[in-house]
Amino acid sequence: MGLQSDLIPLLAVLVSLFAIPLIALSSRRPNLRESWTFLAALIKFGLVLSLIPGALRGETVGGALFDIAPGLPFELEADPLGVFFALIASGLWIFTSAYSIGYMRGNGEVKQTRFFAAFAMSLSSTIGVAFAGNLFTFIVFYEILTLSTYPLVVHKESDAAIQAARKYLTYTLTAGLLLVAGAGLLYMETGTLDFEAGGLSALIDSDIASGKLWVIFILMFIGVGVKAGVMPLHSWLPSAMAAPTPVSSLLHAVAVVKSGVFGVLRVSGFIFGFGVLQQMGADVLMMILSAFTLTVASFLAFKQDNLKRRLAYSTVGHLSYIVLGVSLMTMSGVLGSVLHIAAHATMKITLFFCAGAIYVNLHKDSISQLDGAAKVMPWTFAAFTIGAMGLTGIPPINGFFSKWTLALGTIEAGQWIPLGLLILSGLMNAGYFFPIVARAYFKPGGKDLEGHGEANPWMVVPLVSTAMLSVIFGLFPNAFVHILDLATVIMEQLFNVGGDL
Amino acid sequence: MEMFLANYAYAFTLLILCIGLYGMFFKRNLVKKVIGLSIFQAAVIMFFVSLASKMGGTVPVKWDEIPVEMIDGYMNPLPHTLMLTAIVVGVATQGVAFGLLVNIWNRFKTLEEDALNEAILEDSRD
Amino acid sequence: MFVVSYISISLLIVLAGVRFKESAQPLATFGAGVTAVLSLVGWIVVKANTEAGFPAIRYGFGGWAPPIGIEFVLDGLSAFFLMVVNGVAAVVLWHSAGNLDKHLDAHPPTFYALASLFLLGLNGMILTGDLFNLYVFLEISSLSSYALIAIGSRQAPLAAFRYLILGTVGGTLYLIGVGFMYAMTGTLNMIDMMAIIPLIAEEPAVLVALLLMIVGIGVKAALFPLYGWLPESYTQTNSISSALIAPIGTKVAAYVMIRVLLFVFGASGLNAVWPLSEVIAYLAGAGILFGSIMAILQKNLKRMLAFSSVSQIGYILMGVALMNPLAFAGALFHVLNHAIMKATLFMVSSHLERQEESVDIRDFNDSYRVKYPWTMATFTLAAISMIGLPPMAGFFSKWMLALGTIEADHWVLLGVILTSSLLNAVYFFGILEKVYLRRSGQKEASQASMNEVSWGMRLPALILALALLGFGFFNVPLLDILQTLFPV
Repeated sequence: MGLQSDLIPLLAVLVSLFAIPLIALSSRRPNLRESWTFLAALIKFGLVLSLIPGALRGETVGGALFDIAPGLPFELEADPLGVFFALIASGLWIFTSAYSIGYMRGNGEVKQTRFFAAFAMSLSSTIGVAFAGNLFTFIVFYEILTLSTYPLVVHKESDAAIQAARKYLTYTLTAGLLLVAGAGLLYMETGTLDFEAGGLSALIDSDIASGKLWVIFILMFIGVGVKAGVMPLHSWLPSAMAAPTPVSSLLHAVAVVKSGVFGVLRVSGFIFGFGVLQQMGADVLMMILSAFTLTVASFLAFKQDNLKRRLAYSTVGHLSYIVLGVSLMTMSGVLGSVLHIAAHATMKITLFFCAGAIYVNLHKDSISQLDGAAKVMPWTFAAFTIGAMGLTGIPPINGFFSKWTLALGTIEAGQWIPLGLLILSGLMNAGYFFPIVARAYFKPGGKDLEGHGEANPWMVVPLVSTAMLSVIFGLFPNAFVHILDLATVIMEQLFNVGGDL
Repeated sequence: MEMFLANYAYAFTLLILCIGLYGMFFKRNLVKKVIGLSIFQAAVIMFFVSLASKMGGTVPVKWDEIPVEMIDGYMNPLPHTLMLTAIVVGVATQGVAFGLLVNIWNRFKTLEEDALNEAILEDSRD
Repeated sequence: MFVVSYISISLLIVLAGVRFKESAQPLATFGAGVTAVLSLVGWIVVKANTEAGFPAIRYGFGGWAPPIGIEFVLDGLSAFFLMVVNGVAAVVLWHSAGNLDKHLDAHPPTFYALASLFLLGLNGMILTGDLFNLYVFLEISSLSSYALIAIGSRQAPLAAFRYLILGTVGGTLYLIGVGFMYAMTGTLNMIDMMAIIPLIAEEPAVLVALLLMIVGIGVKAALFPLYGWLPESYTQTNSISSALIAPIGTKVAAYVMIRVLLFVFGASGLNAVWPLSEVIAYLAGAGILFGSIMAILQKNLKRMLAFSSVSQIGYILMGVALMNPLAFAGALFHVLNHAIMKATLFMVSSHLERQEESVDIRDFNDSYRVKYPWTMATFTLAAISMIGLPPMAGFFSKWMLALGTIEADHWVLLGVILTSSLLNAVYFFGILEKVYLRRSGQKEASQASMNEVSWGMRLPALILALALLGFGFFNVPLLDILQTLFPV
């Protein structure tokens, strides 16, 4: 394999980039155009899959391609964590592609070519974020991700969408700049920005004043925290729901926001190292912020009547589960985080798919209008129920296991207050999801539902599949793609231990 | 006082310089500004020439009575040559300035700053 | 050696050739193109020489050996600036062909003679090794730029006249400074003077000379708060002149600043009495913020770009004044980037001025996307680079500058760089939003049809914009060399 396999991370990034001109050129023929998207998605997924065996052995594939700034290589490396994230993003892109076709056509959206092209671009940069071998490469892709999602957020071109997109840009560009500043400060101190499992040895051994370390940490944490939706930096996320639903589902439940939490993991686990952060006391700050967020976001989710906004606040809350897990800095805590990245992705994408299907089919976006809708759209609501159960943390859906591991983590760290908040938030998840389900199933439907059936198969099949995935991964966490094993390998690297957990 | 006498050339230069600046920045007529400009440049030329002069020195043309080695006998030729160039530059500048003024007059029929500003304001109104 | 003299001679050939009306533009372009190629050769030769350990190429005029005679010096720094100036100028002149038929209120040969004279002046300023000679070239380029600026809107001669007054004061102050330095050191040769300055650096006369020179060049370089002439000049002039002068005019002034401050005086000479470098750095920082904020407030695209120039020049001067290799390389790289970006943006504005008769930002709407797809794509690329987002070249110069501010422990200036990036985003995304998105109350874009300028105009702009992407990805070899140019 040698050289060939070293190129796989690069190819995985480039695949969807190559698809863009093809998509643009075939804008007159929608079927051809969409098949390019599919082809790119499948190849990308295949490439990522081929990296899994190596990742399971704890190997890192790829390397520096060329220097992109003096002393800073442009480095694409597929380490286990990167593969893990890329796996989720590229795998779910396939479902989203199918779903987008159903949604965009069903909804008669305009400028679909721009939509699919920007979508492919976003995916490229997401995979780039996943495989970035140093912070600088990470930043490059992180900024491209911001730019390429802008046309998606503003897609409807309504005043609300433009406002939302402005807000989105303001938040994410500021965050990007702070991240750059943090990276600059760190680079001047250590002379390197490489990701190193367990923390940069150059940073751990150096004698940077703790004040400066705090400055760097806060700059970087804000930089990645904005995309991770940590309060008080979250408010772009509910606004960004102005985007078409496929965007909300893949990008604002998986790719973009997860690249934020992925960044939190990278910064804390691969730049600073948990030891340094604990010494600084930065873990407490992360914990307070994330615990605060997950509680408040759950409360706010209650108040939303717009289905997508409720889901958005729920996303904010769940992202903070992940940050909380990282902030515990114990083996189970971080493991829970990593697993929750995967679990939340499959569940939340299901929920968004459902919301989109309901919108396209029934033209309803408010929860209060959903009375009796389940009778019309049985599959959709079955999937919705599964997703909701998972997010609440009911076995056997995968959300239960990640939450369980997180809870173990809090106990391991002896943090009782976060544990309490986790349980409270779980209850609140139930509180804001089950009324929707109950309304749809048990309330009598209005007259306006007559004549409507299930959404078209392009939408129903993906959403049922992702719901199934949630269940399958709940029952068999190692099914197909070895998610649990991968997560375990990541833990071994992060905590520098061999053998079984 | 002694200091002033030793440097009176500088003080004089400074005075002319200030007169020139005053003309350029405080006169409201564009032609007067150009006059200020030319005074300003003249001051610099005088300054350079004064740099070159030496008490008792003569023009820097080789003369048998003063051997070349006796540098105090000759004035420094370099600043003079420089100023020849500077005078040319100055004339060119004034040429361009007057060319612009002709253009401005043709378009606005005035060379008064205040009237010009008013005309511009009216331009932007419609 | 040949390289050096060729660079100016080829421009003189152009001057002779402009008597023939039709051939003026091709000839001027050809001259600039040849010069650009020669500059590239010069750069390669200098690079090879430096690697082999040879000193810079020096050429004494008229057989007089320096320091008595006037000399041209081609070292790494001047080679770099020659390359940028001539390269961009060649593309701009190529692009100008399409704009000739209308929108140029001048006789083409006259116009191109002036443009060539302007370039000649700039080349001379870059190459000369003599402080007085520099003044002469400065005035040559300035006088021709006054004339170039005067060709334009109704107010253009007035803007040019105001520039002339300020520019001449600047030039003359510089000349007085040179006079003081001559009185102190007895030489006008830069390399000679460099050796003498450490002995006399603390004399008050040297300080006065230094201040006069900084103010004098500062006017030309539009160092805050001496930028006053710039916005109106760039706004009122015709679109070819603005595309020619805006990218490279102020850059060469910045070059003189580098030459005089860092090479002739050096860090020790500059900061002997007062910490002047810090003063310049903070003035530049103020200029960055001021320029960006003013740019946001503008309703006219050209004036917006002009204020954005004020801010971008600030980056360059700040990088110079920070006095460390990182910031220095960032500043030089930004010279290249900004020259390309501004040329591109002014070309775009010339396309719009040509087709729409107006560059009022308030009139922009989403029909532009349909009418000018290529132009707008070009604009988008350049705008992203101006904001400083990866992987465009603008990001990397800002990155180096940011590292430089950290190295120099100037946290405020780091903040300035970051804030200004956001401000840039505000005004560029404002335009992108108008052009790419339909706002309520606007007429349908579908009614508009393609109204693009000729390929002869689209292509140069597009090439420059793509060059930004290229320089973004492959900046390291260049930045590595630029860092070594910093005088120790």
